[in-house]
Amino acid sequence: MSNAIIWVIMIPLLGSLISIIWSRYASLIAIISNLVALVASTAVLMRVYQSGPFLHELGGWHAGLGISLRADALSSILLVMSMTVISAATFYASAYFTDAAKRARFWPLWLMLTVALNALLLSGDLFNLYVTLELLGLSAVALTALSDNRAALQAAIRYLSIGLLGSLVFLAGVALVYAGYGTLDLATLASLVQANPLSQVAFGLMTAGLLIKSALFPLHFWLPSAHASAPAPVSAALSALVVKVAVYILLRLWVDVFDLVLTLSSTMLLGILGAIAVIWGSWQALQAQRLKLMAAYSTVAQIGYLFIFLPLIAALPEGALQDAAFTALLLMALTHGFAKSAFFLSAGVIQQYCGHDRIAELGGTARALPLTIFVISLSGVALIGLPPSGSFLGKWYLISSSFQAGQWWWIPVVLVGSVLATAYVFRILGHAFGPGESIGRVLNRGREEIPALILALFATLILGFGSAELWDLVAQHAEAAGN
Amino acid sequence: MISTQLLYALAGVGLFAIGLRATLLHHLLLPRLLALNVCGAGVFLIFIAIAYAGIEGMPDPVPHALVLTGIVVAVSATAMALALGRRLENIKSDAIKSEATKSETLKSAAVKPEAMNDE
Amino acid sequence: MDFFDNLPLLILLSSLLPGLAIFLVREENHVLRTSLNMFGALTKLALVGLMIWGVYHEWVSDMRWQIAPGLELVLHADALSVVFVTLSTVLWLVTTIYAIGYLEHSPHRSRFFGFFSLCVTATVGLALAGNLFTFVIFYELLTLATYPLVAHKGTPEAVRGARTYLTYTLGGGVLLLIGVVWLHTIAGPIDFQERGVLSGLTHLDPWTLRWIFLFMIIGLGVKAALFPLHGWLPKAMVAPAPVSALLHAVAVVKAGAFGIIRVVYDVFGVEYAAALGLLPFLGAIAAFTIIYGSVRALSQDHLKRRLAYSTISQVSYIALGTAILGPLATIGGVVHLVHQGVMKITLFFAAGNYAETLGIHHVSEMDGVGKRMPATTLAFSVAALGMIGIPPIAGFISKWYLGLGAFQAGAGFWVIPVLVASSLLNAAYFLPILYRAWFKPAVVKWPAEKPQSGRWEMPGALMWPPVITAILALLFGLLAGAPFSPLEWATLIAGREY
Repeated sequence: MSNAIIWVIMIPLLGSLISIIWSRYASLIAIISNLVALVASTAVLMRVYQSGPFLHELGGWHAGLGISLRADALSSILLVMSMTVISAATFYASAYFTDAAKRARFWPLWLMLTVALNALLLSGDLFNLYVTLELLGLSAVALTALSDNRAALQAAIRYLSIGLLGSLVFLAGVALVYAGYGTLDLATLASLVQANPLSQVAFGLMTAGLLIKSALFPLHFWLPSAHASAPAPVSAALSALVVKVAVYILLRLWVDVFDLVLTLSSTMLLGILGAIAVIWGSWQALQAQRLKLMAAYSTVAQIGYLFIFLPLIAALPEGALQDAAFTALLLMALTHGFAKSAFFLSAGVIQQYCGHDRIAELGGTARALPLTIFVISLSGVALIGLPPSGSFLGKWYLISSSFQAGQWWWIPVVLVGSVLATAYVFRILGHAFGPGESIGRVLNRGREEIPALILALFATLILGFGSAELWDLVAQHAEAAGN
Repeated sequence: MISTQLLYALAGVGLFAIGLRATLLHHLLLPRLLALNVCGAGVFLIFIAIAYAGIEGMPDPVPHALVLTGIVVAVSATAMALALGRRLENIKSDAIKSEATKSETLKSAAVKPEAMNDE
Repeated sequence: MDFFDNLPLLILLSSLLPGLAIFLVREENHVLRTSLNMFGALTKLALVGLMIWGVYHEWVSDMRWQIAPGLELVLHADALSVVFVTLSTVLWLVTTIYAIGYLEHSPHRSRFFGFFSLCVTATVGLALAGNLFTFVIFYELLTLATYPLVAHKGTPEAVRGARTYLTYTLGGGVLLLIGVVWLHTIAGPIDFQERGVLSGLTHLDPWTLRWIFLFMIIGLGVKAALFPLHGWLPKAMVAPAPVSALLHAVAVVKAGAFGIIRVVYDVFGVEYAAALGLLPFLGAIAAFTIIYGSVRALSQDHLKRRLAYSTISQVSYIALGTAILGPLATIGGVVHLVHQGVMKITLFFAAGNYAETLGIHHVSEMDGVGKRMPATTLAFSVAALGMIGIPPIAGFISKWYLGLGAFQAGAGFWVIPVLVASSLLNAAYFLPILYRAWFKPAVVKWPAEKPQSGRWEMPGALMWPPVITAILALLFGLLAGAPFSPLEWATLIAGREY
């Protein structure tokens, strides 16, 4: 399936266009497109696993003029995660939207979001990254506004303004890179870039733009309202995927292109911001009165964890230790992606059932929606970082790397973050398990609950126990990268 | 003397800075949107300056392509922002109207019994 | 020995699978639920019996699963794990019977028994853990499985008590994790090995090891209710009686104590730990907790709270035994793991019976209860006397060995007064209860009496468990010299640790 890499992008794109024309069958088209894309993305991952990273030039045009698609360990794993979450959320969404007008507008935008995500992850040059980043931003904003109420629209407008600013700053960085090196292709740049003031400014600008997009403290202020007021499947995709890919781009630029430009102190700054994000985000999550707002702040905190890894990776010597830290970062990103999407989908079910998502008034939901509360418990376990979830392993390596690199100050942050996360997760469960009669039907809204369940299981069991291959894959990538 | 290329590039940077300042200061949608567009214009100008290859030379087409794409993106984003802003205004005015009609009905309900008493 | 290698996993599954199935059983279908429960318990008992036999004949059971580089999930059966697994299994069986009777008309039984089974799975997993990584995983899973049990009643009080429990145990869990990761970082993955591993790794900095020990002891000490980390235990008494019984006799507190034993003996090695100066520190905390718990117990009128403080005191005997260098003290500590379990569970069963049948929650309400509920009160008395340390009940054996061990190690001058004082305090808060129950005339009306049905004073499922465990306590004491008795096992373990 050598063309799988194209299908991943093309099928959802076609699906999006067809679903505008045939809006009656839109959900069916979407489900089919996303499932095909999921299979294709798995094929890409398998190919990378077996024969290493590969390059695909669209239309035979070479780098410089054409669009090149690159798949390696990092991008293909994130691709599969992204398609899994999207597919699950697609099933969910097919039962979620009751209003026909909203449905008609949702599907094309949703599929464009998928296209943007996949294309971004597979982009091989800076300009593609910019274009797909914009496409992603615009689709995300439109989907956020779909709730069509005051809060959602205000959040969407703010998201758009901030996002646009971030992209322009990023574009300025791209301009400087082109001015300095005459090419935008990532592979070529990897060998050209040197540590000079131009690269530093360019990288600084690109990082600033990406920090806005990934909602790192203190640039996170747009996220809570946007993620909280969007429709549930959109929130799932936003928290789990859209912010993640911004971190992915940052990693990609850093590891592949700008590794010589990077200084330990700049990563330390990012790490400190990440640490503040963990504590601030978790604290705000604890104060939140609504489920979705709580989940949004939790995302701010979890993104912070990812940034704490950066100074550790920079400080550790090349080899097994650094690879372990990098894999742990990836594992935390994956676990959070699955867990947070499962959480948002479940929050959506609760919102539809109760008419609201106020935490204090959740009494009796454990009785009425047992599977949903179970899913929330599982995702909660993954968010806190308890075994057997993947984030437990991630936290293990975070602490371990802190000891190895001599940067022990991150450990109290992990401690406080875990305690706060425990508090806000169990606060929900405490309210949901009120006294009352026994459980009714286990499965209430199958098409909505089962996808959420599958995602949560990924986060907890599959990533927890089955991550051995992940380690192999990343070790391979490190070898292939060679530097 | 500053070279032409550098002059235009600096102008681009200056536009970007002006736009940035305005974005951060304004809270209303339209001024902010204009400011963002000015930011964008600044970045595009930098690209154009990069593409310059001398009076005689062929300008580099790649930055031009980037600028065109950038313009398209900026226009789409602006259009979306305006549409969202318009929709928000509609919702706000609908809310005000329904508040007004509610208080109207309350007032008329309060008036009616008095009228009845008069009769 | 392929089958024997898989035995630990099978033992885990024997409660995990029925537990997961029970969640899905409909509330009214108690036949199915009871069958699943009993099937799981009996299967586990059979498998554990097999394991006992195997370990006695020095078969080795070892199962590994690679999770990540340097991190392996290891299930391993050695003498110490066998002791804890057997205790858990036998007491789980008894408690299951008790719980079925106790929760006869309560709501959410499927949920309860589901989590109950998960709790035992976690305990057994912890017992069978072959390295620190696996231990930490099951330690955290235990917290997760027990939280819903503590909060089961769903009242605001229960939720609050459960939240306190959770804060303490998860906080402790993170500290334990930090200690374990730190150790991994400097010493690589550590499998539990008799006589300890760290003594052989001479390149490690002693002060780092001391800090690591501190982190681990704090993490484990939360569950083991060492002072000042014991605050959650009295508050967790809001749980239904079977939960208090299991948590306090078997699952949670013993998990902490078991962890301390593992860390001192099978990670550090007791002689190395002594060389690092860690043992006196542990001993001091243990001794203080022993006295503190008993003193607080004196002032409690609420029966379950008095028992809770008694637990805090008694579990520290195990820590004390670990903290004294010498095989006799080790025997005392390890054997008390079992003895305290049987005795305490009897007391909690009895307390539950008093509450269920007569509505008694306070000691002051217990006048003359012996006439009305003779079997229960007899069991209670046996266990209480055992706690005080009166021969020939099991508690005496543990205290005897602890005293002897202290004397042998030259620590007699502070340990023996502690033991004596503790026994006196135990007497001070248990004997009055016995006096009230047997010798005082009964009150006219009990707080909330259930009518007596059938020949016995209460339904069999509630009455027989405490009687059985009381008999066990007596037998462990009387037949301490017999093969396969807890004392024999403890001696076997101690022999391998020095």
